[in-house]
Amino acid sequence: MMKNNKFWAMLLNRTPAILLLAVVAIFGSISGRFFEPQNFLNILVQSSALAIAATGMTVVLLTAGVDLSVGSLMFVAVALAGKMIANDQPVWLSFAVAFMVGLAGGALNALLITRFRIVAFIATLATLFIGRGFGLWLTNTRAMNMPDAVTALGASRCCGIPTPIVVMLLVTVTIHWFLVRTPWGRQVYAVGNDPDAAQKAGLRVQPILFAAYVICGACAAISGLIALTQTGAVSPSFGQQKEFAAIAAAVLGGTSLFGGRGNVLPGTLFGAILFQTIENGLVIINADPYLYPMVLSAVIFLAVFLDTSRQHLVANLSRRTLQSVA
Amino acid sequence: MNVPLLQVEQIGKIFHGIPVLTDVHLQLSAGSTMGIVGENGAGKSTLMNIIGGNLTPDSGRMQLAGDNYAPRTPRDAESAGVAFIHQELNLFPNLTIADNLFLTGYPRTTLSKFMLPRIDQRQLLLQSACLLELVGLSVSPKQRVETLSAGERQLVEIAKALQLKPRLIILDEPTTSLSFKERLRLFSLLDRLSNDGIAMLYISHALADVRRLCDAILVLRDGKVVGQGAVEEFNNDRLVSLMVGRESTQQFPQRSSQPSREIALQVENVSQPGTVKDITFSLRHGEVLGLSGLMGSGRTELARILFGLEPMSSGQIKLHGEHVSHLSVARRIEKGMAMLTESRRDDGLCMHASVESNMSLVVEPKFSRGPLGILSKARLAAELRQMKGKIQLDRNAQLKSPVQTLSGGNQQKVVLAKWLLNQPKLFILDEPTRGIDVGAKFEIYALIDQLAASGASILFISSELEELVGVCDRILVMRQGELKDELDRSEFDVDRIMHASLQANQENSA
Repeated sequence: MMKNNKFWAMLLNRTPAILLLAVVAIFGSISGRFFEPQNFLNILVQSSALAIAATGMTVVLLTAGVDLSVGSLMFVAVALAGKMIANDQPVWLSFAVAFMVGLAGGALNALLITRFRIVAFIATLATLFIGRGFGLWLTNTRAMNMPDAVTALGASRCCGIPTPIVVMLLVTVTIHWFLVRTPWGRQVYAVGNDPDAAQKAGLRVQPILFAAYVICGACAAISGLIALTQTGAVSPSFGQQKEFAAIAAAVLGGTSLFGGRGNVLPGTLFGAILFQTIENGLVIINADPYLYPMVLSAVIFLAVFLDTSRQHLVANLSRRTLQSVA
Repeated sequence: MNVPLLQVEQIGKIFHGIPVLTDVHLQLSAGSTMGIVGENGAGKSTLMNIIGGNLTPDSGRMQLAGDNYAPRTPRDAESAGVAFIHQELNLFPNLTIADNLFLTGYPRTTLSKFMLPRIDQRQLLLQSACLLELVGLSVSPKQRVETLSAGERQLVEIAKALQLKPRLIILDEPTTSLSFKERLRLFSLLDRLSNDGIAMLYISHALADVRRLCDAILVLRDGKVVGQGAVEEFNNDRLVSLMVGRESTQQFPQRSSQPSREIALQVENVSQPGTVKDITFSLRHGEVLGLSGLMGSGRTELARILFGLEPMSSGQIKLHGEHVSHLSVARRIEKGMAMLTESRRDDGLCMHASVESNMSLVVEPKFSRGPLGILSKARLAAELRQMKGKIQLDRNAQLKSPVQTLSGGNQQKVVLAKWLLNQPKLFILDEPTRGIDVGAKFEIYALIDQLAASGASILFISSELEELVGVCDRILVMRQGELKDELDRSEFDVDRIMHASLQANQENSA
């Protein structure tokens, strides 16, 4: 019984790797083009925006919270940057402003949650609509095309590696380091496991949460900018529903929706790549585009299902047992 | 040596108008260990929470090594050198041992003044390893706490306390979840700490453990000190009689009926690994059956198993000759089972909802008609008004007022009413009089008697022995998940019940 549980626990903990192998095997067997090295590089480049957003989301999920406003925040940040570029402001300044918008948006979420004690789900649902509305007002609901200078950034290379991949690695490694090597990072895990116990242990829970949402906002902005350099346009639906992709990537990588469990490296990065691999594979095998959302949502469902069964298993394994007296 | 390490004078504490501690004195010298004993609810934990800074006393004062000591938070207590190890461990199972030890005060690298605070990984592991060695736990500090056994977690908790370099450690029932071996290991560690000059306050039900570890004993009963002195002054019989007390302060209504011969509930060989073992008993119509035992003896778990809230691995439960073991809670309620849980706040009531909606929660289906189950409000309301009179709910309480505005006693009556409306045939009551005043207690006893007189069977779980003796027809005693004794009304004897509840602990450590 115990042994059996352990076997399942081990399998469940390895699910991201097993899933990725399965996905690669399936797509590879359908289309030979899938296995070309260039395609793998493409997948990594395409993953970068999602991986960065999912990294921020991971931090928030670890605190047992959620940020639904990621997609809207991406949109607002990029819309503002787009507007500045269209008005002949330098690209670096526009990007810097977009980053600040990300920080500010994250801080607004953090304020609502830590100061006004609004449940994260509701608070960020509100900022989701506020952000989308504000962005649409900024752009007059019209798409904006970016000059070549912006798309050139997306196609550029840094030390021979595509820039988006470099940024992705920079962000994930930094956040990972924060989570593993700073007191704040370890305390995030404690708060996510049990906020009351954390409070009792003398942790200052509210500032810890605040930082998590600010980081998530900043990641959303960076993610939006990467996506902007790749698509070269700000459409009214820019970033829409990206928060769900980010949550899915984090959960696929083993982060728990119940808080306190998960990691950025390798977890979330892995999850994002897996998510992107499926999308890429569907394109390569010429699947009907209307099927994409269904396949992806099936994957999200699977990820959440696995997370719950993981929880269930952990709960069963750690069930209180009075030791019989020798 | 002249100045005691801890001096507690005239400490008093009142919860919701009920005094839980009155005029408590305590003296503890450096390096000595004092056992605090008493029944459940005698005020042991409250006293320790005051010393540990979780509660502030309403009166009295404390001195630590001659200085005034009035901690407002656990942090204050810790910085004064007082560490508190709670009965439920405060560890984060998802983190490593090292993280748990240093969560609030990581060793940091020297550059941190100019840079982001960074954990000094080397120091962290080094210091953690030192602490683990001190408590004799040979595992890697990088191991997650969730992989440790209960005993190992207890040692981690002590290591966490030692990290604060304490002068006094308070231990609240540290052995309840430990195996025999783990317990011995803990004791040798505590001996070592004691030799190093650390004073300890040790709360336990296991009298033999207390005698083995402690130099002095403090006996509490109903929030008052009824005995204090060197351990040699107390033998077990004296301790038990001090804990139980002689004079009866409570009044009980006369039992107005006799149980019938017919069996209502038959429990056969019910077991669930880790909680209860091989439980067999029967409960007759119109009988009030008491279930006694210390906290952690498995009585609440047994009640939850009977009601279907927790699984059982083997055994049978028959209600009126019909198997109910496989039924869901909802179906068991339909069959006439009812259960008042240990904590009305957490799972007995919706605190924000009105008296009315709380009371009608269970019985609503009976008042609905047609395929859509439309509720007949008028009939229900009439029934609710009648029930309100029957349970003698406070006159000022309106059916519309939120439950949280009522006193504890009236809240408990609402829980009772909720089930009574359904006319239960088997009513499981888990600590129905906890935290309510004497008057309301009497009314609840009277309701129990009425219910039994009308033919219902009652399983009455309580920590208060006097109450069980006053109300029940028969009493079962549980210890470590097993039934250990059974007493008929003619044999009722609080000393015997107390001995049966404690015995195993004495056998093991002797």
